[in-house]
Amino acid sequence: MILVYADHDRGELDPLALQVVSAARGLDADVHALIVGPNAEKCVDDLASAGVRTVHHGTNAAIDDYTPRANANAVITVMDRLEPRAVLAAGTPRGSEVLAHVASIKDLPLVTECSEIALTGSGTAEVTRARWGGNLLERSEVSADVLLATVQAHAFAVSEDAGDAQVEAFEVPVTDADLEVSIVERTGAAETGVGLAEAKVVISGGRGMDGPEAFGMLEELADILGGAVGCSRVVTAAGWRPHAEQVGQTGTKVAPDLYIAFGISGATQHIAGCKSAKTLIAVNTDGQAPIMTHADYAVVDNLHTLLPVLIEKARAAQGA
Amino acid sequence: MDICVCIKRYPSLGSAIMLTDDGMAIDTDKLGFTLSPHEECAVEAAVQLKEEHGGTVTLISMGPEGVEEQIREQFAIGADRAIWIRSDSTDIDPQAAAKAIGDAIEADETAFDLILLGSESADNANAQTGVRLAHRLGRPVATAIKGMTIADGVATCERAVGTMREVYRVRLPAVVTVKDGLNIPRYPSVPGRIKARKKPIDEVTGDLDAPSIQLMGLTAPIRESKGAQDLGAGDEAADALVDVMKQIGVLS
Repeated sequence: MILVYADHDRGELDPLALQVVSAARGLDADVHALIVGPNAEKCVDDLASAGVRTVHHGTNAAIDDYTPRANANAVITVMDRLEPRAVLAAGTPRGSEVLAHVASIKDLPLVTECSEIALTGSGTAEVTRARWGGNLLERSEVSADVLLATVQAHAFAVSEDAGDAQVEAFEVPVTDADLEVSIVERTGAAETGVGLAEAKVVISGGRGMDGPEAFGMLEELADILGGAVGCSRVVTAAGWRPHAEQVGQTGTKVAPDLYIAFGISGATQHIAGCKSAKTLIAVNTDGQAPIMTHADYAVVDNLHTLLPVLIEKARAAQGA
Repeated sequence: MDICVCIKRYPSLGSAIMLTDDGMAIDTDKLGFTLSPHEECAVEAAVQLKEEHGGTVTLISMGPEGVEEQIREQFAIGADRAIWIRSDSTDIDPQAAAKAIGDAIEADETAFDLILLGSESADNANAQTGVRLAHRLGRPVATAIKGMTIADGVATCERAVGTMREVYRVRLPAVVTVKDGLNIPRYPSVPGRIKARKKPIDEVTGDLDAPSIQLMGLTAPIRESKGAQDLGAGDEAADALVDVMKQIGVLS
């Protein structure tokens, strides 16, 4: 049996949980899911549609919102009772956090960001996982009675398998210390750059922008194309743009239909964030810049003179 | 307030990754070294807290000889001293790393109020050493934090999730793992660099457990050029770009 930790926010299932179910079904047909806390029952139907036939629902009157250590206790309760061969979660901050607590308490290894998982024998598994933000792939062998792994986003496609799931409710054991760290409040979008991760068009600028001023032109072009503005790490480190707009390994990973990189050299840190773009256009004065090897279209020109012309022509085409 | 920041030495990759002939490591022969953005933000946060509340900033780093370079760089930013856990490599199993760091922290004279780490390493991204360390030390932990204020012995921590921010409150002493974007790290000043030369590094030997995750090999996806189509320059390029935009369907 494989256990999936399915995260939810106040009853809204993390869509990546269904990809994790897919990964789990690749290992064993018998997939159970675990949900914790109030409102989690709203997730049962979605989990069932992806092929989960047993959903464990852990509750405790003291758990009213996401509480990492209590959720880890819930995982451990099910693990101890049913001895799954593996416990999987999404490679999100919460998925990683809950399994890291489980791994710490049970003194087990935890492999993160897996794109391939194979159970190779009793107590061994082989995984392929991302290093350097996906610029490098690692193959590893893990020795553990229970494999703990997080799954890379979009590495496994959701597969439908309609049916009903049986819900088994249980009480999660918690101490005061387990409840100490939990969500106490939510605040709204504190930063600009909202929607960058989902944007169909991303217009990005790097060191070649020469300062914050020229980003006004990127905003104009993004407006015309209904896209979002992004930037490289050099730009956020210099304080030209907010960190929420950073595309890269330590920023946001994007997968738009069109990505235009203005004055970006193409360091691995940046490529990790934009390599999933369907079409990449690089505009750079240096035709030999590394970004050119990732580009579908190249313009070797000064962005400061090109942008005003491009904006005018794009606006004219949009209006036509 | 006494703060400890865990930092790691990484090769500065630039734009291409070369592997060693056995495919088990990155060939670092021609590379410089650096910290990850997450850790630079962790040190900056610690130095800001020291400036605001007083106290000390201690760095901990594991690895062979070269780690001193990254330690001195962060001394120049304002950290006061360092603990160097000597080990053969910086590529350490997270279970073993958390145990060795925990041992070093417990053995140290300073009772740290706050221990900061990056939310995940730039190279291996195991995203668990901070949590393991917190359990090892019996302290609460908040992870992947992009905003932090400290008052009355409590760290108020914000985690960015989509367009929202989740707020956690963690009573000190605690462990917090942070992300790039927490602040904008300062550049070292010339006086900072001069002072950095004399700050003390205490060397300790790490007692490393055998890893339960065995590396079988690394692959760098082949970076053959996509053969970018050259669209020229100036007006001609602008026209061609508009055509491409229409073709993709982002411009009507």
